[in-house]
Amino acid sequence: MSKTVSEINEKIKRRKAVVLTAEEMIHFVDNKGVQCAAEEVDVVTTGTFGPMCSSGMIINIGHTKPRMKLNGICTLNDVPAYCGFAAVDIVLGVTSLPDDDPRNKDHPGEFRYGGGHVIQEFVAGKDIKLVARAYGTDCYPRKKLETWINIKDVNEAILFNPRNAYQNYNVAVNLSDETIYTYLGILKPQLGNANYCSAGQLSPLLNDPFFNTIGIGTKIFLGGSVGYVAWHGTQHNPIMRSKSKHIPSVSGGTLTVIGDLKQMKPEWLVGNSFLGYGATITVGIGIPIPILNEEMVKYTSVKDDDIFAPVVDYSNTYPQRKSDILCEVSYAQLKSGYIDVKGKRVPTASISSYSRAVEIAEMLKEWIQKGQFLLTEPVAPLPGPETGIQFKPLKERALN
Amino acid sequence: MISKRIVLKFPPRLVEQPVISRLVKVYNLEFNILKAYVTPKEEGLLVLELRGEEEDYQKGIDYLSKIGLNIQLVSQDVVRDEKKCTHCGACVTICPVGALVVDPKTRKILFDNDKCIVCELCVPACPPRAMEIHF
Repeated sequence: MSKTVSEINEKIKRRKAVVLTAEEMIHFVDNKGVQCAAEEVDVVTTGTFGPMCSSGMIINIGHTKPRMKLNGICTLNDVPAYCGFAAVDIVLGVTSLPDDDPRNKDHPGEFRYGGGHVIQEFVAGKDIKLVARAYGTDCYPRKKLETWINIKDVNEAILFNPRNAYQNYNVAVNLSDETIYTYLGILKPQLGNANYCSAGQLSPLLNDPFFNTIGIGTKIFLGGSVGYVAWHGTQHNPIMRSKSKHIPSVSGGTLTVIGDLKQMKPEWLVGNSFLGYGATITVGIGIPIPILNEEMVKYTSVKDDDIFAPVVDYSNTYPQRKSDILCEVSYAQLKSGYIDVKGKRVPTASISSYSRAVEIAEMLKEWIQKGQFLLTEPVAPLPGPETGIQFKPLKERALN
Repeated sequence: MISKRIVLKFPPRLVEQPVISRLVKVYNLEFNILKAYVTPKEEGLLVLELRGEEEDYQKGIDYLSKIGLNIQLVSQDVVRDEKKCTHCGACVTICPVGALVVDPKTRKILFDNDKCIVCELCVPACPPRAMEIHF
């Protein structure tokens, strides 16, 4: 028994589609079996809501009078943004910091405000202060611009995130004698805590591990509205090496996503400050997975008990780019509140919000049930394990 | 016997007076200092755990307010901005007293004001900065 995306879309249009969240799918398959699920379930919705540093926005502010070609760097609420494009296109990355932010001069720095916070305020409809300089040309004579801008007035506001929705991620611990401050939060000395960052069984790419249905052009939930998968994400690493065959134990695949920022909501794009590390943004992403056949049933019914993540020391192993892993633990163990590492009972904490991931999967489910959100077939596939694509480190070469 | 955690704000004129020792000598109360910022000639701040008979505790509190101290129960002092909290969980292993825990069913983060000792460790540890100190 197999279905096509267009058959499923016909059912969605008639509001007859059976849609379950990835959590509900686990129970459905447990109770009724794989074959029944393949026949009865049409779509499984997934979700994740975690910090995703490789994110940013592209805006076009419209032309000034007289005209001006913004050059190099401008600032949005004092946060530097890149304008090395045509006249009035600007890109702001979420980790960008104001020039006068003290960084880690007084370690650990607070990083109270950065690009992610600007984007959240911009999406919330607040006015943002733009300051820009230019060298002036015959066709673009103006040299200085200071103005308020608002999302409703700019021509385009696009969320464009080169690397989001990691398929899996490290569990960070600290083996040293001092507290360390990382992008996975504060890590207390001598295995004082263990921080992880994945929605596990609800996470999009863990429910379609070989990218059978998620590909370029896939329509998704992004930042509270609709977005699309634009490409595979940077550092895409589609390698499987785990206790369970379908689960990447390294970081795995990633996605580049894009969407209209004007339609998004500040609750689903939240500026973050990581003590001693920097500023970033938490992004809400949800992806619907069409249940085309029994294979997709098996993938979408994956449980936290079957998904393993590597435990890595962030005091030495990670920063020195060593490859040793302390052990592997399941997301079920991580969610129990404690894991065992080197014979020690270590309390765990999540950096990604599972309850908000559930909300995303529920919202997406509702959109589909109401016939408001149709599924898409990929325009082209994402590179899978068969391509041999691997995430490479930098090979440094001396300049002289 | 009762035990309560309170925040005391000292106006500058009281900073150099032996207020706490009177609580011990006159009102028979035990104290445990959880946090203190006391600078001569400036406003002082003290987070105390007071323990004693209920009657003595009330008299002690009356004395403190009579001499002009601002008194607040500790639980009012760390406030979570519910709009900002994303229920990630970054705070749960940072809180030393288990005032921030994960609800195993909903996976939401529960904040128990009564357990909070206002150590403030959660404030900078929170990525969306949802934990605020209200004095």
